[in-house]
Amino acid sequence: MDLYAENILDHFRHPRGTEPLQKPTVVHHEINASCGDELTVSVKIENKKITGFSWSGTGCAISQAAMSLLSEELTGMNLEQLEAMKPDHVKELLGVPVGTRRIKCALLGLHAVKNALRKHAGQEPQSWMETVGVEN
Amino acid sequence: MIDPAAIRRQFPFLKRIVDGKPVVYLDNAATVQKPQAVLERMRRFYEEQNANVNRGMHPLAEEATIAYEEARKTVADFVGAKHPSEIIFTRNATESINLVARSFGETLKKGDTVALSLLEHHSNIIPWLQLKERKGIAIEWIGLEQDGRVDIESLRNILEKKKTKLVSVTGLSNVLGIRTPLEKIIALAHAAGAKVLVDAAQLIAHASIDVQTLDIDFLAFSGHKLYGPTGVGVLYGKRELLESMPAFLGGGDMLESVDQNGFIPAELPRKFEAGTPSIADAIGLAAAIEWTTLVCVDAIHTHTKNLLAYARKKLSTVKNISILGATSGNDLLGCISFITNGIHPHDLTEILGRKGICLRAGHHCTQILHKHLGITASARLSVGAYNTEEEIDRCIAAIEETILFFRKS
Ligand SMILES: Cc1ncc(COP(=O)(O)O)c(C=O)c1O
Repeated sequence: MDLYAENILDHFRHPRGTEPLQKPTVVHHEINASCGDELTVSVKIENKKITGFSWSGTGCAISQAAMSLLSEELTGMNLEQLEAMKPDHVKELLGVPVGTRRIKCALLGLHAVKNALRKHAGQEPQSWMETVGVEN
Repeated sequence: MIDPAAIRRQFPFLKRIVDGKPVVYLDNAATVQKPQAVLERMRRFYEEQNANVNRGMHPLAEEATIAYEEARKTVADFVGAKHPSEIIFTRNATESINLVARSFGETLKKGDTVALSLLEHHSNIIPWLQLKERKGIAIEWIGLEQDGRVDIESLRNILEKKKTKLVSVTGLSNVLGIRTPLEKIIALAHAAGAKVLVDAAQLIAHASIDVQTLDIDFLAFSGHKLYGPTGVGVLYGKRELLESMPAFLGGGDMLESVDQNGFIPAELPRKFEAGTPSIADAIGLAAAIEWTTLVCVDAIHTHTKNLLAYARKKLSTVKNISILGATSGNDLLGCISFITNGIHPHDLTEILGRKGICLRAGHHCTQILHKHLGITASARLSVGAYNTEEEIDRCIAAIEETILFFRKS
């Protein structure tokens, strides 16, 4: 059960970064319609920097654990850094092999955060093809 | 009674080993494994008879055409159609329903109503929503009882408005495994002047359907859920209805004659079969039907029904599982769906899958039903002729193990 390593189950059972955020700059909701995973991210942005982050959601262990792991490193990050973040980075955070079947679960958090930034900038959301790294 | 061991020997797929053990395939509502007889028949077609149908004067073309038309006859007999020409070969159940929506649907006017149940698969929803966009028809939703059975009162109320031209319903829910009361639905619809389309994608493998006895106007199903190949589906339609409908796809074979100004469509069934059909697949489907007849269709139905009841009984004793829909009744067939407290269905089926136990998770193309039930996803166990009680036991033990694994902190 390598996909369900202890560290992933721990993040699933005890998600980090879910303390509600006061006065977020942008709130964004993403769903993975094919399986029903849902994430809502709240981001506080000051001087092109993320100064606060919070999320809530429901779904499979992979989608929730990936969001939890990602949330631990967002605060303090520059927007540019986040914009440049690649899907491989999330895979590294998870530390387990993620097959094509579960890639959307693993990347839902990244997709939500990136699209929160796009929303903040008044841009169109990026597609799944972009998030997964097939197109840019 | 069927002999499961003898049946199993006829399915090459069941020899697959996963995690050191034979695969346990309980995803039959998605697609069913194929018996050797079907694979052999299709191989023989390609190796010895392959030619296009309805064209060419050489003897092989004639042989292919005969085999294809024999397949049509086999399907017609299987569903009790009066004429083989009432059987249209399509790609799948989805295409069959789209054909009706695009052709019969063209005869509807703004304000006419199509009634659907909340149980429907997206295949029997989207074509009608598209028709709504195109023609401004209205869609009315037949509600469900608390236990997921169709609420006949709700259908009555819809029909009373006298605007319904078509009632399009599944014969068997692909999530709750509940049959719909087709006799009642059809009687009420016909009394109100509406036609009835039955989506038999699931029902076809678990119960006998006689389109004349039931007085069904349109029946749609796929070959691949009936032990046949992918790539072929069936639309049955009453002859006078099909004759009155405009052609669907245009192209070779579907016309009688054409000139620079227009064309005359071919007679049934070719009018609705434009282009080269899935010849080998249709022949494979006929071989599948012949295989079920050889085994004994009723015995297969009894077997899958008993096995599902066994699975239901076992599952209902597992802690932290809630089964969706009705819990008992003679109308429960094919599949059973459930949610597990604390585990997303995808995680459950992922882990089961690694042990070679194949179940499906998700919304099973029924987002509207899942929303109605207040959930986003469920896990589904569905049975076929070759499944056994031992397999159900293995599956349930694995589910219990997974629940324990996930819940320990
Ligand atoms: C009730 C129902 N209708 C329609 C379909 C569509 O079948 P196909 O994808 O073969 O067209 C399915 C398949 O899952 C089904 O279960």
